[in-house]
Amino acid sequence: MTDAAGAVDRVFREEAGRAVAALIRLTGDFDLAEEAVQDAFETAVRTWPARGIPLNPGAWITTTAKNRAIDRLRRERVGREKTDGAVRLAALEALGDDVHEIPDDRLRLLFTCCHPALAMDARVALTLRTVGGLSTKEIARAFIVPETTLGQRLARAKRKIREAAIPYRIPPRELLPERLDGVLAVSYLVFNEGYAATLGELLRAELCDEAIRLTRLIDRLIPDRSEVRGLLALMLLQHARKTARIDAHGDLVLLEDQDRSRWDRAMLDEGLALLGSENEEGSAGAYELQARIAACHARAPRPEDTDWPAIASLYGRLAELGASPVVELNRAVAIAMADGPDAGLRKLEPLAGDLERYHLFHSARADLLRRAGRDREAADAYRRALDLTTNDAERRFLHRRLAQLAGGGR
Amino acid sequence: MRYILLIYDDESSRAGVSHDDRHEMDQAYERFANELAERGAMRGGDELASTTSATTVRERGGELLVTDGPFAETKEQLGGYFIVDVDDLDTAIELAKKIPAVHGGSIEIRPIVEG
Repeated sequence: MTDAAGAVDRVFREEAGRAVAALIRLTGDFDLAEEAVQDAFETAVRTWPARGIPLNPGAWITTTAKNRAIDRLRRERVGREKTDGAVRLAALEALGDDVHEIPDDRLRLLFTCCHPALAMDARVALTLRTVGGLSTKEIARAFIVPETTLGQRLARAKRKIREAAIPYRIPPRELLPERLDGVLAVSYLVFNEGYAATLGELLRAELCDEAIRLTRLIDRLIPDRSEVRGLLALMLLQHARKTARIDAHGDLVLLEDQDRSRWDRAMLDEGLALLGSENEEGSAGAYELQARIAACHARAPRPEDTDWPAIASLYGRLAELGASPVVELNRAVAIAMADGPDAGLRKLEPLAGDLERYHLFHSARADLLRRAGRDREAADAYRRALDLTTNDAERRFLHRRLAQLAGGGR
Repeated sequence: MRYILLIYDDESSRAGVSHDDRHEMDQAYERFANELAERGAMRGGDELASTTSATTVRERGGELLVTDGPFAETKEQLGGYFIVDVDDLDTAIELAKKIPAVHGGSIEIRPIVEG
């Protein structure tokens, strides 16, 4: 891809969601809106490299897409009955050319795409497609599903929105917190899919970038919500470590072994600034607490400087919000770092039933056993973890650990 | 005595039906509806949109659960129905969660085909 084409692609993706959102509000038709914006993209690819990117690309895209939508509706009107199309056409034609009049409808679009009456995988795909401006092909590749499957998922979701009359609006005040949670959950799922891919490649950074972009957008559209800020901070603080998490062979590097000079300092500082200092005791939500845990790592120049007692206490508060064996597992590891491996192992024991099939339980337990000098039991636990993990990089990591135990080294 | 006649069929076969067959089926239903009317037995009836547009609402432990898709368990049985005319799915969900059976049971929301 040439630089000019790359720039068109980037700017277009940034701005396309706004045009899609506006056209959906005006026409009530997801497919028409997407096709018209796609037409506008093709025009941009043809004309921008030579003429340069317009001063206000968002307005250019909205105007061009609006005109393409009008063209499409006029063509359709020829053979067929006029009912729906005529109403839509009238709405578009009434708009005129001053797109500055068009309000930003992306928040509406986000709430519709993340509606709880849609299946989670449909919410994710639809949000990335319409708000994020990703192509069906890109989304299919990121989630390792065939493009046809993803296309059907999108078509089915759009049909449900239409047939079941899922509203296109920002939810009323009483529904807002609950629905906002749903929007953030989609964003976080996209991030996690990139951060800890369950199959094959460990890190698909572009999904993390996309999730951060989405969360920034939510933060801009609904400012000053602590849960949005908390999630954005969490993503930035984790993503800042991306290049240090993977070594030259594509293998996972543990937090304590990472070269901290390779952490993205600007991204960490932005995350820390978003968190600020905690003012109201006990008011922090789950994302913010997790972000504060990540911040403890970000602030430590060396692993041994980590404030483990603070991390253990944050995990304790996270557990109070909703008891989860995985949170308890992380808390046990933090306690082990603060008070020694035996203290951690005592906390792990009661979790064995719930987490028997969870590879990270066995690898964490193996690590604590190794630190406690119980090598034989550690080796058994590493083997159990190996049986359960499907991620290539994690498998290689566990094999290395096992080999180190056998060799008597660290 | 009032009865409800519930229609179960394979909706995937309905989706692939040709225009002519569809027309024939519509006429057959119309003939049935006319017969009901003539006998003074008609109290209402509608075609439902396919289950791909269904939403199921339930409340468990004080938490409202909204899921995509039709009611799928076999432990509970159909026990009644309401037809409501509202603006959108959010309003239908808001009403569904006030139906007593939402605690412990499930409410399936299905759009009615208009026209």
